[in-house]
Amino acid sequence: MKNIFVTGALSLSVLFALPASAQLKINAAGATFPAPIYQQWFGEYKTKAKVEINYQSIGSGGGRKQFLEGTVDFGASDKPMSDEELNSENGKKLKPLHFPTVLGGVVVAYNVTGVTGPLKLTGPVLADIYMGNIKKWNDAKIAGINAGVKLPDAAIVVTHRSDGSGTTFVFTDYLAQVSADWKSKVGANDQVSWPVGLGGKGNEGVSGLVKQTPNSIGYVELLFAVQNKMPFADMQNAAGKFVTPTFASVTAAAAASKGLAADFRGSIVNAPGAGSYPISSYTWLLIPTKITDPAKKKAIVDFLKWMVTEGQKEAQGLSYAPLPKGVVALEMKQIAAIQ
Amino acid sequence: MSTSAAAVAKPKLASKRLVGGDQVAQVFTCFFAVLILAVTAFLVYELWISSSPSKERFGFGFLTSRLWNPVTDQYGALPYIYGTVLTSFLALVIAVPLGVGAAIYLSELALPKWSNALTFLVELLAAVPSVIFGLLAIFTLVPIMRDYVQPGLQKVFGNESFLFGGPTFGVGYLTAGLILAVMTFPFIISVSREALMAVPREQREAALALGATQWESTWQIVLPYAKLGILGSVFLGLARALGETMAVTMVIGNDPGIHASLLSPGYTIASVIANEFSEAGGKYYPSALVELGLVLFALTMIINGVAQLLIVLTTKKGSAKA
Repeated sequence: MKNIFVTGALSLSVLFALPASAQLKINAAGATFPAPIYQQWFGEYKTKAKVEINYQSIGSGGGRKQFLEGTVDFGASDKPMSDEELNSENGKKLKPLHFPTVLGGVVVAYNVTGVTGPLKLTGPVLADIYMGNIKKWNDAKIAGINAGVKLPDAAIVVTHRSDGSGTTFVFTDYLAQVSADWKSKVGANDQVSWPVGLGGKGNEGVSGLVKQTPNSIGYVELLFAVQNKMPFADMQNAAGKFVTPTFASVTAAAAASKGLAADFRGSIVNAPGAGSYPISSYTWLLIPTKITDPAKKKAIVDFLKWMVTEGQKEAQGLSYAPLPKGVVALEMKQIAAIQ
Repeated sequence: MSTSAAAVAKPKLASKRLVGGDQVAQVFTCFFAVLILAVTAFLVYELWISSSPSKERFGFGFLTSRLWNPVTDQYGALPYIYGTVLTSFLALVIAVPLGVGAAIYLSELALPKWSNALTFLVELLAAVPSVIFGLLAIFTLVPIMRDYVQPGLQKVFGNESFLFGGPTFGVGYLTAGLILAVMTFPFIISVSREALMAVPREQREAALALGATQWESTWQIVLPYAKLGILGSVFLGLARALGETMAVTMVIGNDPGIHASLLSPGYTIASVIANEFSEAGGKYYPSALVELGLVLFALTMIINGVAQLLIVLTTKKGSAKA
């Protein structure tokens, strides 16, 4: 009997002793869209640098909230911090630095009976569809930019995200830029009061609705649409060209955009340049300016340097658009600002 | 051996030990009981405190406002309360006749062998996670509703009619009500059957002896006797329907409007909390969602309380004599 207890206690102590000798642990939380690449980066960084970064993909809003409440070492978000958030008590204390990590695009997916070729849409037409002003697929405004496409005389079933999401922010941010009506009546946010349409939870909820409902339209992440082989529309950009969303056209938009401020906040929707896809966005890591624990500071700084250089090479493998070269150089400068 | 010998030799000691054990048991079980109460009280307290910014800003207007706009930070609960109550009501309208009918068959008419096997299956159905029902609903129920049931209803009632007008998406109040009915009737069958089984045998025998047919005995004697238990089962089902989240979120359409047509998309309290809470920022947005939780909590508390009371009443009446 005694022996069993002794071996039991010994093996238990071994079990509990192991984590004590293990590596440094860093907690992070935030956006779901870049979560796959973050998990891969953090996994590789763990074997490389013996630093464990535990990332919880709880959503952009949750990431910003937890960062400000100080429950995580750093946050991640598809939407930069607002001035209000930066000027809050904790925002002033933490002085978050924004580090763009990869780029994403939001595509307009559709399921229109009889339409096989790529549909073309402009920003104002898309805004009118989501405002409920354009109700039918064969509306003159849609037919006018889709010569040769046989559009059905059917009602448009509009779908959108029902959960708050960085994807919704990018999409509504774009609509607000191209339509004054949308800007004043609806606005841009993680979650808005939709004039029309059905809500689906997550990218999979929206894509489920679009796939299942004839004559529907919806918006999802580019990555998600590519993986699920959904048909999506070519969008007219600020230069007047119709551009197919690809990783190249998203990176082109980032390179051409003047929307990014010196602190890396800002939006790059409706970017200039003939090859730019207009509904593109950065996604950010939020790092506090001052990291008191020197071991954590070193680990985070090393990770950031690795992420903007070596890490970028992996982005495309996972179907993310990599950062433009100019941004990488600027980020290296900002890394030096971490105290 | 030695302990029993000691107990015989010194009976006082044994009884003392027993008294001590009883006291320990009393203290422990009392602690557990209080703990459950404390958890509930803490829950209410937390909901109350966390929702105070929203309560202060919107007051009772929160319950009657139809506006839900995170951009302008204005929130009202009415579309969600409407959706929750309507879908739960639809679920009961469908599930009660089905559930009570099935319970009558299982307790009164079926062979015991069949009854036991079927009851086992029904209870299995009650244990299926709701997300499974949701997936089934999306991939099978929604297309059937959109392509056959909803156009069929519109053919019969007209596509401008009050209850069945408007475009047919497949998702909406009626679809949510249907999936909720499927999810609640295992509870209704299970509890109603127990209540019917608790009706004393003498009641049935007396009815038959007086010349009643089996149906007359069931309808006029057994059912009224088990009435309260069956009502209790209905309330339990209703409580489940009110709080159901995942399956409803997947098929209701998530549109915060108030529509008369049962084919329109809508929204429920549980769904909007599940959808929006993780991304809700600012001062009023999360607090308005918590206040919605408080509203739902109040609704379910009242219904559960009534159900508990009914069940207690009927089991006293039925099983005491059986």
